[in-house]
Amino acid sequence: MTEEKLNLLKSKLQNYNVEYTDTNGTPALYINKDDIIEICKVLKNDNDLKFNLLVDAISVDRFVKKNRFEMFYNLVSIEYNQRIFLKIKLESHDPEMQSLSQIWKSANWYEREAFDMMGIKFTNHPDLRRMYMPENYEYNPLKKDFPLMGIPDSIPLPNK
Amino acid sequence: MSNTVYQDLKEKDPNIKKTKILEALETEDLSVSFTDALDNEMVLNMGPQHPATHGVLRLLVSLDGETVMKCIPELGYLHRGYEKLAEASTYHEFIPHTDRLDYLSPMANNVAYAQAVEKLIHLEIPERGKFIRVIIAELARIQSHLLAIGALVMDIGAVTPFLWAIREREKILDLYDTICGARFTTSYTRIGGVAQDISDEGLAGIKNFIDEFIANLNEMRDLVERNKIFIVRCEGIGYLSKEDCIELGLTGPLLRAAGVSRDLRKDDPYLVYDKLDFNIPTYNQSDCLGRYYVRVEELIESVKIIRQCLEKIPQGPHNTLQTKKVLPKKDRVYTKMEELIHDFMIINFGVNPPAGESYSAIESSKGELGFYFISDGSGNPFRLKIRAPSFCNLQALAPMMKNCMISDTVVIIGSVDPVMGEADK
Repeated sequence: MTEEKLNLLKSKLQNYNVEYTDTNGTPALYINKDDIIEICKVLKNDNDLKFNLLVDAISVDRFVKKNRFEMFYNLVSIEYNQRIFLKIKLESHDPEMQSLSQIWKSANWYEREAFDMMGIKFTNHPDLRRMYMPENYEYNPLKKDFPLMGIPDSIPLPNK
Repeated sequence: MSNTVYQDLKEKDPNIKKTKILEALETEDLSVSFTDALDNEMVLNMGPQHPATHGVLRLLVSLDGETVMKCIPELGYLHRGYEKLAEASTYHEFIPHTDRLDYLSPMANNVAYAQAVEKLIHLEIPERGKFIRVIIAELARIQSHLLAIGALVMDIGAVTPFLWAIREREKILDLYDTICGARFTTSYTRIGGVAQDISDEGLAGIKNFIDEFIANLNEMRDLVERNKIFIVRCEGIGYLSKEDCIELGLTGPLLRAAGVSRDLRKDDPYLVYDKLDFNIPTYNQSDCLGRYYVRVEELIESVKIIRQCLEKIPQGPHNTLQTKKVLPKKDRVYTKMEELIHDFMIINFGVNPPAGESYSAIESSKGELGFYFISDGSGNPFRLKIRAPSFCNLQALAPMMKNCMISDTVVIIGSVDPVMGEADK
């Protein structure tokens, strides 16, 4: 992204508390989880930005005491051919944030995957179920404290 | 007496519990009460072992007569936890696992993965390596699209074009055999280049293949495209508006069939795509027929790209000569001390990229295939997130299937072309 475009982005978001970082050449915006819905509405609907394609959502377990979990959203503007990352820091215990599926429908499954794998709860999500693991599974496999070999007997075998 | 099936069951046994997936299927307009047995909705469980679902995709479909009222895709039957496995293996060790993501185009996954690691450790690969990667990535696209088209046509009932498509696909697998020694699970790329150089024999084989391919493809197209049954069963089926396609995060042929010309090969050129001349075919119908035509035209463009690459491919090294990051040649490992040390370090401790984060994506046959790495400076990735195009494209299945006929569901799945290895990770 050019300097000019980044300044435009900064001017559009000047009312919010945003920390601008860089992810190996792609701008990354650390934002507060309280004003995420408003910021996303600006990013999507503003005529000079138009980040209309939500490509992916990435859940991260940093395994530190404070702000253990993070959510990254990978946004693309098809019209201006730009990519940014939205990054949100979450609490270490019972991480919870607003669902973005009311803004981009595609967030539905991405957030279900994060819920399944990391145990992050999304409020106002239309259908928060596990994505890959069985419904009655108790653990979140991608958390750093989940053992690589799995937990014995956590999935009951048939005829048992 | 007007009760839903569930209410009836609940009266008999108050302890009965509904599974969450059934709750998701029920909406207000669905829980209709009925008095006549023929007048109610029926829940049909398609898959996970259903030949038309192309793998282990499970669909819960609620039907009113023959019309689909709602459809819930259920994933996870091929979930192997690759993102967790990646955290426990070095960057090199994960390359064979990428073959098993989109197992219909393993070469493209190899290229995407190696490129993502190279971006993380800031490694530039030599020209010849780049050209080789473009050739194999385009061969993978042809391989994948041929099966997509063939299987779509077979689901409609035409078996001959499927066999003809498989015949062409088989030639590509034989080419892989000459290039890297394996037909299916190729694991051809390495960090910093490819495992071995393409021989002249391999290049000649590729040239022979693309010289014959267009004629063979046209033979198949003649059989399909003027067939009235094929057209009637595809036209207007699985329609999704352009806005919905973007909203649902679709990429690849599905998005281009809706009239959005987004292709990472043009929009964010990687390897040597900016030096090659090719077009991005787009259609505006956004139905199964449009998706078929986008794939067919992409095949022709891929042949064009490979032909240019064969003309332009330079001589020179195929691997970067940074011995601390790139695996050295085996004959030198056995005879030279320095290379032996590097080989030992890379195999046992990994390439140790600097701490940081990086995202890199390529346009695979199904859409944007990306890898997001978080590195803490050690030999294993701290976190790897795979952006699998099939996973994201499958989300559009439910809106596409709304109000279609039950017989159209197989056509729609065929036009989305999901690969469950990739969607389930």
